[in-house]
Amino acid sequence: MSLSVSITRQQGDFTLDAAFDAPEGITALLGKSGSGKTSIVNAVAGLVRPDRGRITLDGEVLFDSARGMHVPPSRRRLGYVFQDGRLFPHFNVRQNLTYGLRFAPSGATGPDLASVCDMLGLSHLTDRRPGALSGGEKQRVAIGRALLSRPRMLLMDEPLASLDSARKAEILPYLERLRDDTGLPILYVSHSVPEIARLATTVVLIDAGKVTGAGPAERILSDPSVVRQIGLREAGAVIPTRVLEHHDDGLSELVFSGGRLLLPRIDKPPETPVRVRILAHDVILSLHAPQGMSALNTLPVTVLSLREGDGPGMIAQLQCGDDRLLARITRRSATAMDLSPGKPLFAVIKSVAVARADVGAG
Amino acid sequence: MTDWLSPTEWQAVALSLKVSLWATLVSLPLGVLVAFALARWEFRGRQLLNGLVHLPLILPPVVTGYLLLIVFGRQGPIGAWLDQLFGVTLAFRWTGAVLAAAIMAFPLMVRAIRLAIEAVDPRLEQAAETLGASRAWVFATVTLPLILPGVIAGSVLAFAKAMGEFGATITFVSNIPGQTQTLPSAIYTFLQVPGGEASALRLVLVSVAVAMLALLASELLARRAMRRVSGT
Repeated sequence: MSLSVSITRQQGDFTLDAAFDAPEGITALLGKSGSGKTSIVNAVAGLVRPDRGRITLDGEVLFDSARGMHVPPSRRRLGYVFQDGRLFPHFNVRQNLTYGLRFAPSGATGPDLASVCDMLGLSHLTDRRPGALSGGEKQRVAIGRALLSRPRMLLMDEPLASLDSARKAEILPYLERLRDDTGLPILYVSHSVPEIARLATTVVLIDAGKVTGAGPAERILSDPSVVRQIGLREAGAVIPTRVLEHHDDGLSELVFSGGRLLLPRIDKPPETPVRVRILAHDVILSLHAPQGMSALNTLPVTVLSLREGDGPGMIAQLQCGDDRLLARITRRSATAMDLSPGKPLFAVIKSVAVARADVGAG
Repeated sequence: MTDWLSPTEWQAVALSLKVSLWATLVSLPLGVLVAFALARWEFRGRQLLNGLVHLPLILPPVVTGYLLLIVFGRQGPIGAWLDQLFGVTLAFRWTGAVLAAAIMAFPLMVRAIRLAIEAVDPRLEQAAETLGASRAWVFATVTLPLILPGVIAGSVLAFAKAMGEFGATITFVSNIPGQTQTLPSAIYTFLQVPGGEASALRLVLVSVAVAMLALLASELLARRAMRRVSGT
């Protein structure tokens, strides 16, 4: 199942000119607000009509300006989760959830009401009215409603943007389960790097209506050239790891291609895949294996590239096993350490620097 | 109830209720359609349609009645056609009173429904479409339930307006007891004859009671519909 998009659309002074492919898993459109992400998703859903281009899902044409084709939204079978939920106020939760079920073709398979309620924790809410739900509950109902229309793909436009961080933390695991359990491809719009670092398998960078980069999440997020676009404070690499064991002192040991990591307790059994995001400003570089230091993680790395910024800082991209890390250091340190591509180093990471929210299901 | 109203008075009340009810029911589907077109569709002649719908509100009722007589009278273009094809006569019949009342009440009905449609969030309808609902289904399952309070308010307003319609009715279908003598026409007639004040007063009381009941009923229905729509 894969989505292929190549469209242009003029919206006042704004030009949307985007082309990308979304393979299986979660494809995240990442960009600042106003960069055209929502317009792209609306074009895929059929709610706006591009001026020119082509959109296909698994080879089936949804839109093709050359042939004058525009499949109406009701026949595209794409479940759309809107930023603002858009639950039907005159229906209760159960009626909202099952709204799309009657329109799904009889051959379409997917989870039923009970399993969706179970997966999204909605079983106790089915008789409530949307007005009596919290923001997080509303978004979960909206996700369930889209799922129950038996879609071929899910579109999610900033589904967490209107929620506070506690509600976000409540929904993120459900989205991870959606990605890992249903196998449904998801096009996910967000401006939040931590969210995307946790969820995305593929990242498409959008800036001013154009695609400025696309590829597997680990590669894009550890690419120093995208740091400027996603912001220095958010820069960081995503590393796929596996839980090795839990220690008695509250630490968990993870293993990945570049070595082992000790992190604060992760509530997952051994062998569970876990993805960890390590922020560039939490990585310290050292020429020698440090001793007598409180930081617990020391990883042997080699410098891949160095990229200067506008200020006194720079970003170093490091090879660590088969994975890559980013480190944010000063230009002064780089000169003092005589850093250049190919130089072997040690990367030092404090265990407690990795926030709980930056550890997700792999 | 018939005891304190004379047969003539009772006839007028019953006829008015019948005429108003039919006028409301018949114009309701068209009212929703026109309101929807004015609120949502972009088309040439939209302002013209808007003007036509509102015309009876501004024209003197006598003028509307006379125009109806010209167009729907036995010799009129549409009236003659109706007469020949279906054997339907409107002029000087209670059905004509229904037409006159419906046309006079139409602007009020359309206004109320149009306001309700404009208040519906089109993004909810988009959401329904992405869930697989065709335009017709979206209208039936999302738009219509959400505008129900407005439809009720518009209908009651139209009913009350139809109950009170006098000028167009008396010009188009005259004032024939038992045929076209509605409540206002009857009150007018009783005021013209000596000793008719008592009858007129009784009919005035009936008028007031019907209007109050209609308002109360609409308030209740609309409140219930509103509770559904607000989602609590």
